[in-house]
Amino acid sequence: MSNVFHIIVCAGIVPDPLQTLEPITTATGPALKNEMMLPAVLDPWASHALYEAANLAAHATGSKVWLVSAAPKAKLQQVMMNVAQKAAFELVPVDAPASGFADAHTVAEFLSGAIESIAGLDRSRLLLFGGWESASRAAGVTMQLVGERLGILDQFQGVDRITMQPDGSFEVLERIEGGRHLVSICEGPPAVLGWATGSLPEPKNNPQTGMANMRSIMPALQKAKSAALRQDGLRYVSVTPPKQQRQTRIVKDRPADEIAAELLAWIEEQ
Amino acid sequence: MSASTSEQTPAIEPQQMSVDIVGVGFGPAMGGFLTTLSRHLLNEGGTPRLESAVAPGMPLQVICYERADGLGFGVSGAVTRARGIRASFPDAALAQIPMAVPVSEEKLVYLLDPIGASRRSLAMRIADFKVRLLGSLMGSRDFAVELPFIPRFMQKHDGLILSLGQFNQWVSDQVTTSGVMQLWPGMPVSEPIIESTAEGEVVTGVRLTDQGVNPDGTPSEQFMPGMDVRAALTVVGDGPVGAVGRKLDSHFGLPPGNHKREWALGMKMVIELREDSGLKPGTVLHTLGFPEPEIFGFLYVHPERLASVGIFIPSWMRSPVRTAYRYLQHFMLHPYLRRYLDGGTLKSWGAKSLQESGRDGEPFLAGNGYARIGEGSGSTNVLAGSGVDEGWTTGVQLAEAVVELLEQKKPFTRENLEATYVRRRRLSWVDNESKIAADSRNGFEKGVVTGLIGMALAGFTRGLIAIAAHKRPLPASTSALEAIYGSRISKSEVRRLAEESAASGTALHDRIMNRCGWPEIPFDGRLLISHQDALLMGGSVQAPPGYANHVIFLHPEHCQSCEPKLCVEMCSGQAITRGENGVPAFDREKCVYCGACLWNCRSSSDGEKGNIQLRAGAGGLHSTLN
Repeated sequence: MSNVFHIIVCAGIVPDPLQTLEPITTATGPALKNEMMLPAVLDPWASHALYEAANLAAHATGSKVWLVSAAPKAKLQQVMMNVAQKAAFELVPVDAPASGFADAHTVAEFLSGAIESIAGLDRSRLLLFGGWESASRAAGVTMQLVGERLGILDQFQGVDRITMQPDGSFEVLERIEGGRHLVSICEGPPAVLGWATGSLPEPKNNPQTGMANMRSIMPALQKAKSAALRQDGLRYVSVTPPKQQRQTRIVKDRPADEIAAELLAWIEEQ
Repeated sequence: MSASTSEQTPAIEPQQMSVDIVGVGFGPAMGGFLTTLSRHLLNEGGTPRLESAVAPGMPLQVICYERADGLGFGVSGAVTRARGIRASFPDAALAQIPMAVPVSEEKLVYLLDPIGASRRSLAMRIADFKVRLLGSLMGSRDFAVELPFIPRFMQKHDGLILSLGQFNQWVSDQVTTSGVMQLWPGMPVSEPIIESTAEGEVVTGVRLTDQGVNPDGTPSEQFMPGMDVRAALTVVGDGPVGAVGRKLDSHFGLPPGNHKREWALGMKMVIELREDSGLKPGTVLHTLGFPEPEIFGFLYVHPERLASVGIFIPSWMRSPVRTAYRYLQHFMLHPYLRRYLDGGTLKSWGAKSLQESGRDGEPFLAGNGYARIGEGSGSTNVLAGSGVDEGWTTGVQLAEAVVELLEQKKPFTRENLEATYVRRRRLSWVDNESKIAADSRNGFEKGVVTGLIGMALAGFTRGLIAIAAHKRPLPASTSALEAIYGSRISKSEVRRLAEESAASGTALHDRIMNRCGWPEIPFDGRLLISHQDALLMGGSVQAPPGYANHVIFLHPEHCQSCEPKLCVEMCSGQAITRGENGVPAFDREKCVYCGACLWNCRSSSDGEKGNIQLRAGAGGLHSTLN
């Protein structure tokens, strides 16, 4: 069986994780204050999926990677300036809000629609990658929904490793409770793989890769179709962003055991 | 070929890539250059107007590298007259820039010392005493006097308040949306590639920084040598402490008589004001007099209750312990400002070195295959305290020159660039005003009051009269601790504090300030926070793995005997600390790449080449609000 893959990575963007996030209510629903001013990054879960996709494509001659992203295109353009240096791909953008308050069904609709419009995509060789919990604020369902809309039955979530076999099948390690993995053998594409962290480091910035990518990224962004969130049917009762707690104190010449004991006590208090 | 090589010579040959123009550093100057050039690359139908030499049939291939992780991570609270920027964009377009607002009110405020700890001369103390006596008659309020007028040469009343981070990000969007240029953040450029040819030395491109290396620069398993990017023209806009600009300065020298020995460290916070602060968007406050006489400050009010608040620590402030962070906190606690800032919340923090030599710091603006723009090219006007618009305009001038040369199919030789770019610059307001400013700050070497008189003389006479120039001081030629603080603390106690600091491995500045009567900062966890918390909460400082340490102590043995260690005292992020055996230690994960260590090295033999090497480094601040 062929070992050529058409790999699609679904990847949203999120505010740079170290920024202070403040939810607000706008006329169109909940949002993050000044979100368009905050620096953004590719969703870290999806980033791992992209690195795995690039690695897989590099070892399977003739394979190709598409990055499908639903995000405001101005922000996506900024994020691409970093991401495009790390792996070769073709961008398929959807100009849509990315505040994290879109429900997974809507995001899945955007993404599956964009995937269906890709010219030259061989659905029989399709591996649909994404972050296990991306674009759904940890609901963990977006990738399943995209897969379902595309009619892909083989789905794996919390993937840490994929190993291709000579016969075109592949072994998948999925995270399960207790720090263990479920090992599955899939006969081949099409399949959905929602990645956990994978095992690959962040690739180095490669200027040649970036330059080649950007030749197709900018025209794609210019042609990106807009997709509006539906305003009906979804109501947020309350919104709380992840809370960072910080209590800084400089301690010198103190035994490590004492510091550890204090940390333990602090954790137990929380 | 005599291409210079990086210190960590890789065993693997660097990859090569060719473009037509490579830019280094994305700031206002590069923004002006790329914005202007991008408008000339395509015809209306989308066909190339200026064709690439390296990719025939394609438009000119232009690429720009920026060391920071984002194109909007620059640090500067800017109020600018925006003459050059407005010539590039209509006002309606500028109104789209987040945090930008026209100046609506401008004040110059003299801050008295409400604590009694400031190092004021006797003359200043007498003057302050009189001001306090006269009180309300002179408009004294909250230990401050709002001066009745602002000298014309300092006024920004027709200008714009900008967040340079948001401005850079907005400009980069405009440039990249054009689809004809590529901007790459997170990619430090190590050095220029300089080759010897029959026509002389030519800059033929740049070498990017090695990746996949250990902190000491040795290759790791992921080693990837920095790529050589070849170009007919290298545009250098990497600011005052950029690795490429400094390498060019070092290789080609500066024009006779020029120097880059005057600096300042700017440190600022972006603060979300409480709802009833009373400050209107567009308000500009310039301050002088506090926390030390040498320290100038500012407060600019952006839309949406955001304000930029900061100070400048100049190199002519002779104290060898001049940490900016604590001074910034005392500045914010001054009663005149505190009434506005109380109840505010820190949103962003950052620091940056400013090249304050002005025209005297101008390098060779053009050479074979390269041109210099922006702050590193000496464009900052030190009289007006203005650099963003000047930098932008030099970029525009270079772009116009490049278009002219390309249309005439002339190569980027020194002669051609001088006849086009440098000629434009010499005929422009940037150059005319820099001549007026050239000697305006001479007086500060003799004291604050003399310096202010010198500025006024130069400003009001348009440069005809200025305090006589004298041999420029070395930037780190600080006075001895005892000379600075001897009148307030006994010499023996100064020595004891210094010894305690050395023994405990901590910076000296806090001890000295405490002893001089500066109160402890009342931390509130929102605005008044520890220095380290400012890195986390305000700067989100990052250091991506796989890059070498970019601050190197060239001769550690020189550092052992150096006291006080000004590099430690001045480090904006506390990234340089007192290490073992008296040699400073560097923590890359705290460095904001402000460059203060570079010009505060007291081991410098000539004021410009110290014992610290600041290499191209990745990471730093992750905030676009600055």
